[in-house]
Amino acid sequence: MPKIKIHSKQPRIDMTPMVDLFALLLTFFMLTATWRPSDPAPVDTPFSVSEKPTPDANIMTVLLSADNRIFFNVDNGPDTILKFRPKILAEMGKRYNIEFTEEELRTFEKLPSSSFGVSIQDMKAYLSATDANVRASLEKGIPIDSTDNQLALWVLFSRQINPAVNTLIKGDANADFPIVREVLDILQDKNVNRFNLVTNLRVIEVTEEITE
Amino acid sequence: MAEIIQEEKGKGGKKKPKKHSTHIDMTPMVDLMCLLITFFMLTTAFSKPKIMEILLPEKLKKDEVVEPPKIAESRTLNIILGPDDKVFWYPGKADPEVTVLQETDFSAAGIRQILLDRNRALFKKIEQFENDVIAGKIEIKQDSMLNAIKQLKKDDDTGPIVLIKAYKTSKYRNFVDIIDEMSIVGIARYTFTDISWIEENLVAAAIGVAPVTASGTAN
Repeated sequence: MPKIKIHSKQPRIDMTPMVDLFALLLTFFMLTATWRPSDPAPVDTPFSVSEKPTPDANIMTVLLSADNRIFFNVDNGPDTILKFRPKILAEMGKRYNIEFTEEELRTFEKLPSSSFGVSIQDMKAYLSATDANVRASLEKGIPIDSTDNQLALWVLFSRQINPAVNTLIKGDANADFPIVREVLDILQDKNVNRFNLVTNLRVIEVTEEITE
Repeated sequence: MAEIIQEEKGKGGKKKPKKHSTHIDMTPMVDLMCLLITFFMLTTAFSKPKIMEILLPEKLKKDEVVEPPKIAESRTLNIILGPDDKVFWYPGKADPEVTVLQETDFSAAGIRQILLDRNRALFKKIEQFENDVIAGKIEIKQDSMLNAIKQLKKDDDTGPIVLIKAYKTSKYRNFVDIIDEMSIVGIARYTFTDISWIEENLVAAAIGVAPVTASGTAN
């Protein structure tokens, strides 16, 4: 009887196509991923059934944290190339007689978390601070008193410099409504009547016709 | 997936120059790639928050006098957002003597049912229209469908006119929830107005807080 020779060689899988595909997918996802900077204060947005996605470009965001501080953010997306941020800060500086250096304007453009909640008087200290704790201690929220309504000015200059800007309101679910109302009032004073409230998607079954 | 490269044994004492395999073990690379792909897939898919659009009526200029639009009392439904996710509502006009606030909540059987009862005609119309589109009875493009629904809402003259007011201790969450209810139920006409002192007192009485005085807050 002839001996049957058993192939002792390990079967080998050619992994090249798989690796090719993986590389392709990886490149795709890396390029489409947009880096979202973290917010300076944790914000749990409320839920809604709206399915409209957030726009990427031409947005200014008013952030309301749970402890009722107000943060502002403008031009944080693909339109950063147009360098609206330093222009807006320079305008703000002019209004308050604060001269910002080139260096400071550049720092402002590349803030680690793009929302800021500092008054314009503290802005210089905020921009020169290197310690994150110092920065956080300065973030007391943007003043909105009627005597020194800085949020209104930020909105005004943002809209002057980029007229196409859309308004996003990102509020914490537990922010007090009177503050929200005040912010809406300020925006309406500056002729912003269309707001986009940032929410999380909640799926509810449409339970109509419960009782007939 | 790992590949085991076996050394070839020399047969029968024949001397062969040792063959070096040209294969590179790709396993670690594949592992890393898998991990990165998973990471990027998850971050792109889930990071996008949604937005809800609201349009508020333009503010009047200081010395501008515009007759406020007249609306039928019978169709008016007032909703007041209260503290602790409570919702108060009453139909018609506020009258400190007559008006009784009714309390409800944000559950499906709460404010949604109340709104739905009053908006049934319009809601049915929209539902019928959507069903027809799904069934293929009406052929219409996606964006003109939204416009058609808008038109249905515009033509409606039976549904309620909802006035939304917020008590001072209500939360932002309540505000978003109530707009959400409006879109779920398909209310055609709703707006936000400031709370009047009459209503404030009614809410204060309902939740057991000392009422505010009439001066100052009236508008």
